Order: sequence, then C-alpha cells, then structure tokens
Amino acid sequence: MDKIYRVNMSSLQCSVEPVPTPWAGLGGRALTSAIVAKEVPPTCHALGENNKLVFAPGMLSGTTAVNSGRLSAGAKSPLTGTIKESNAGGTAAQVLARLGVKALIIEGIPKGDGWYGLHVNSDGVTIVEETELIGKGNFAVIEALEKRLGKTGVLTIGPAGEMKMLAANISVRDIDGKLRSHGRGGLGAVMGSKRIKFIALDGEGTTAVSLADSAKFTQAARTFAQAIMNHPGTGQGLPTYGTAEMVNIVNAAGGLPTRNFLHGQYHDNEKISGETLRETIIERGGNPSHGCQSGCVIKCSQVFVDKKGKYVTSGLEYETIEILGANAMIGDLDVIAEADHLMDDIGIDSIETSVAIGVAMDGGVLPFGDGQGVLRLLREDLRAGTPLGRTIGSGAGNVGKLYGVTRVPVVKNQAIPAYDPRAIKGIGITYATSTMGADHTAGYAVATNLMGVGGGVVDPLKKDGQVELSRHLQIATVMLDSLGLCLFIGFPSADDPTCVPAIVDMLNARFGLELTPEWFGGLGITTLKTERAFNQAAGFTSEHDRLPEFFREPLAPSGAVWDFTGDEIDQFWNF
Amino acid sequence: MIEVTVNLLATFRTDRFKEEQQQVPEGTTVGAVVSGMGITEREVGMALVNGRHAPMAHPLTHGDVLHLAPWIAGG
Repeated sequence: MDKIYRVNMSSLQCSVEPVPTPWAGLGGRALTSAIVAKEVPPTCHALGENNKLVFAPGMLSGTTAVNSGRLSAGAKSPLTGTIKESNAGGTAAQVLARLGVKALIIEGIPKGDGWYGLHVNSDGVTIVEETELIGKGNFAVIEALEKRLGKTGVLTIGPAGEMKMLAANISVRDIDGKLRSHGRGGLGAVMGSKRIKFIALDGEGTTAVSLADSAKFTQAARTFAQAIMNHPGTGQGLPTYGTAEMVNIVNAAGGLPTRNFLHGQYHDNEKISGETLRETIIERGGNPSHGCQSGCVIKCSQVFVDKKGKYVTSGLEYETIEILGANAMIGDLDVIAEADHLMDDIGIDSIETSVAIGVAMDGGVLPFGDGQGVLRLLREDLRAGTPLGRTIGSGAGNVGKLYGVTRVPVVKNQAIPAYDPRAIKGIGITYATSTMGADHTAGYAVATNLMGVGGGVVDPLKKDGQVELSRHLQIATVMLDSLGLCLFIGFPSADDPTCVPAIVDMLNARFGLELTPEWFGGLGITTLKTERAFNQAAGFTSEHDRLPEFFREPLAPSGAVWDFTGDEIDQFWNF
Repeated sequence: MIEVTVNLLATFRTDRFKEEQQQVPEGTTVGAVVSGMGITEREVGMALVNGRHAPMAHPLTHGDVLHLAPWIAGG
C-alpha cells in the first residue's frame, strides 16, 4: 500500500501516513508541487521552519520501464523565491518506489547546532545524529555510507548545502557509487537548513512494484523502449556524443553564450565539442557512453578520465562544458572536468555556479579564460566558504549585484543556461515564463528551433510560433517530470506516434486505470497553474516573466536581439 | 565556379572531414552538396547557410558557409 513518510525535524519525530485521495494519482513533479502548494506558505522564508522539502519518485519509477528512475525534489526555492521542482537520475527514485513511498515530506528545523542523517526503510524513517560526515564532500559521504550501511540509495549535501549557499544542490548516488544532482534552485540549502546531511534509502526486502496488468505492461514497455532506440536523437546522437553534441550545433547557429553572453560564437568551439569529448575519452580508455540509472537505454552520460586514465567525473554535461568552456572562455576539457568534479563534491549547481563565475569575470574578480583561477576559487573559496566563495555560491544574480555588473543572465534570479535566447527565441520564452526561473529543461524549445524535432523547424530567429511552442513543451514536460521519465523521452514522444500511447498503456497497466493522452495534458496544465498560483501568492507578477534588459542589445555575429514585448510573452499563460 | 565552406558535425564527420573548401558550379544547391558526399537528404537534421536554416533547394553563393548535422535532439 502506498504511503507518505513525514519527518518533523522540529520535534524529531517521523510518521507514516496514508496517501490523501487528491494525491493518489500523482507522482514526481505533479506531486511535489501539489504538496508544496498545499503545505508551504508562499511568503515564508525558504530557509526557515515553514518551508518543506519534498521528494517523490515518478509514477513509473520502480517498474521495468526504461529510463523511469527520475526523482523529483520540491520546496520553495531560496534562490528564486518561487516554487521549485528539480529532478535527477541515480538510484533513489527506484528504491523509494519499491518501498511504496509516494512522497517523503521533511518539515521543521531542529533546535541547536547538531546535524542528522535520515534512514529510510520499509518500516519508516529513523532520525540519527551525525557527526563524522559533517564538513565532508559528497564523494566521501557516499563512500562512508557504503561502508556503514552497504549499497543503499543516498541523497546527500556537500559543504555548500551545509553553509546554505543559494546554489547548493542535493546529490543522488548513481549505480556506480558516483553522483547525479538535483541541481537547480538551491534545494541543498533547504536540506542544510533542516540540518540533514544525508538520507540513506534502504530497499532491503522489497520487490518490484506491483502491476495491475503485467502482460500489458510488458508489451507497452517493449514498444516504449523501441521508440527510444529508433529515434536518431536518443538512439544515436546522445549515446555517441552525450549532451555536448550541442556545442558545435549551437555555435553554428550563433547562439553559444560566450564571454558572459557578449557573443554567440566561440572561436575554440572544437576544443570543447562533443566530438572532441568522445575522441578524448576513447583515446584515454574512459567510457564514452554510460547510464546514470539502471534501465537506461540512452546512456548520454560518460566517464571522463585524465591523461593517466584516472577517473575525474561522470556525466559531464553540455551546460557545464559550454558555460565554463565558452562563456568563461576556459576552452579546456581537462580543466572543465576537474571543475565539474569539484562542484559535484562541494555540492553546488554546476549551471548556476558556472554562470556566476562568468559574471564574476565580467566584474573583474578573475580574467576570462583563467581555468586555474576557477579551480582555485572552487577549492579554496567555495569549499571553505570564504566571503568570495559564499558570494559565488549565492548565484549569478547576487554576484552581478555585488560587483556592479549589468550583463547578468538570470530570470527570477536563476541563471540562464547555455543557449542565448536572442538567437534561439523559443528557449527565451521558456526562460521568461517557467515557474522555476530560467530553466532550459522546463520546455526545451532548442530541439524544435534548431533541429525540427516534433514536426519541423520553428525558425529560431523569428518570433512566430515561439510562445505556442514553449507552452506546448512546458505542458508536455510536466508529464515526463511526473512519470519519472528522463527528459529526453520528449524527443521520441514528439516524433514517434507509438511512444505516447505506450506510455499511457504502461501507466494504465501499472495502476489499473483508463487514462488517455488528454489526461496528461490536463495534468500539465493543472500543475503549471498550481505552481504559478504559488508564485503569485509569493509576490511574483507577469513583470517577473521578462528577460534581462541587456538581451535587447544585438548579439554578434548574427545581430539578433530579444524583441518580444511584455504583452507577447504574457500570451503564454492563455490556457 | 564558386567556393563554399562545408562544415560537418557529429557522425557526418566519420570517414569524411570536419571542414572543407569546395569548388562548385554557381547555383549549386544545398541538396546537391549533400548528395555529393553520399549523404541522403533524409539523414540531414540541420542545414545552416551562414548560420540560418536553409532548405535543400537553397542555391549557394560564393563564400557561403554550410553546416550540416545529422538528426541530433539536444542536451
């Protein structure tokens, strides 16, 4: 029987509750947002006792459906002040789903300076005082917990989360004992505010989740996996080059943020491209194609090793590579990989932090291209929490304010990722309107703007069709985020007519329901409106759905400008 | 004859090249350059001429830069 685990850190008590009827049909983002909207006062301080941290596995997590192991984390974000859902791969969602835990809700703040760990198993949650691991990096936490408890699922925060830095993330143990991250929006600071260093998830004694119609599920799951493998994006591009395949594509289209969003092309793009990444990894004996969760058939991750073949990082993403490589002009995969490792260990969002570094470079803190300076900043300032480290760790918006920089790429105080919205306008609408602050994953219009995914190119340099495109994608993305499916399922969903019916069949066979594809659309609309209502109650208006002023300046070399009016952007919410 | 720069991305590079200057007759289309390299039009996910999307029938002019990518979905 599904249940809710609730942990009150003020009273240090835990309870197991039945799932309220309105939440019974929800999972992932739809559920975390419903819970946060119902239980968290929108005007509360995100690091205060009234905020709650909610984890929910997707509705298909724990089943044999491929790529279904995403875990959603939700709260009010200390970075943006909006509602936040951030999802990640790794092993935690599958363990929670097998335990029958629909959601883990953590509320309150303990008295005193002590730290705690949570042990989650089939009996409930136990709160245990923790001393040994305080101050430790995430890799040391994972290693120590494996010795202490065996190979459990782990959610952990690093020093950044302990210090409540606004860009702190929550890391998830992956299948190789490395890390994946709930990166965006500072949820690691919320976990740190509740003085929880780690959550160990013990699935001992559990079996696969029950299915209402096992034969139907198996058939649909097979069709679903086939659709993923048949799509050139998920079957060939991502497994071959990882997400860094986008470097050369976006550079060719003139939308590659360079020198803190001053230019749209980078002269050393080949040094940081997906093609070079793959060659380098193969040459050194690393693994160019690797999954972050069991049951992944896309395998867009990779294991990057140094010149001697020693592990540096896994899951080196386009975003991190581009923002450090071109936007901070470091142009060196070895330095970027080392920086990625350090950010993972410190437990800080590699998008927010890298954009913040670009803004800091613009403010004269260190020169553009100073890779060793960036590594020093991470090792000595971020990890130790010096005043400069805390400044960078508070995100791009705050760095811009403190150093008097006017070109500060943020929306709702969250850093804009590695696509310039002047040259790829559809993603600009997503940045502006997302309930999460600037977030490319909320409605990834890049694929339609540049590659025609979903039935043809919507010209990236024109305004026509972009608002409708972003709206459609943001509604559809809620479906993926709620089912626990990898975002990349969006590509076969858009292009292969067998994919969405197979997803619906899997869901119906899992729960014994008779849902239709239209139900998904309804779930997306309801969830987006719930999230927006939270934000409005927290003080946000349509004037916050805007890009920074500097995007009105022409982007070299195309000369593209951000030319949407406020009224045009506001049409997004007409549904 | 005109000269155009052809830039190949991702798997299109395999057994071909990254970047090449090609001499082609005036009025040569994007599609003709594509098929001249043994690539079918259906394999092309993105064709950019000077950074702008161009259809296969688009005629090239002297000095154009053509980027060709297979179906790649995103990052």
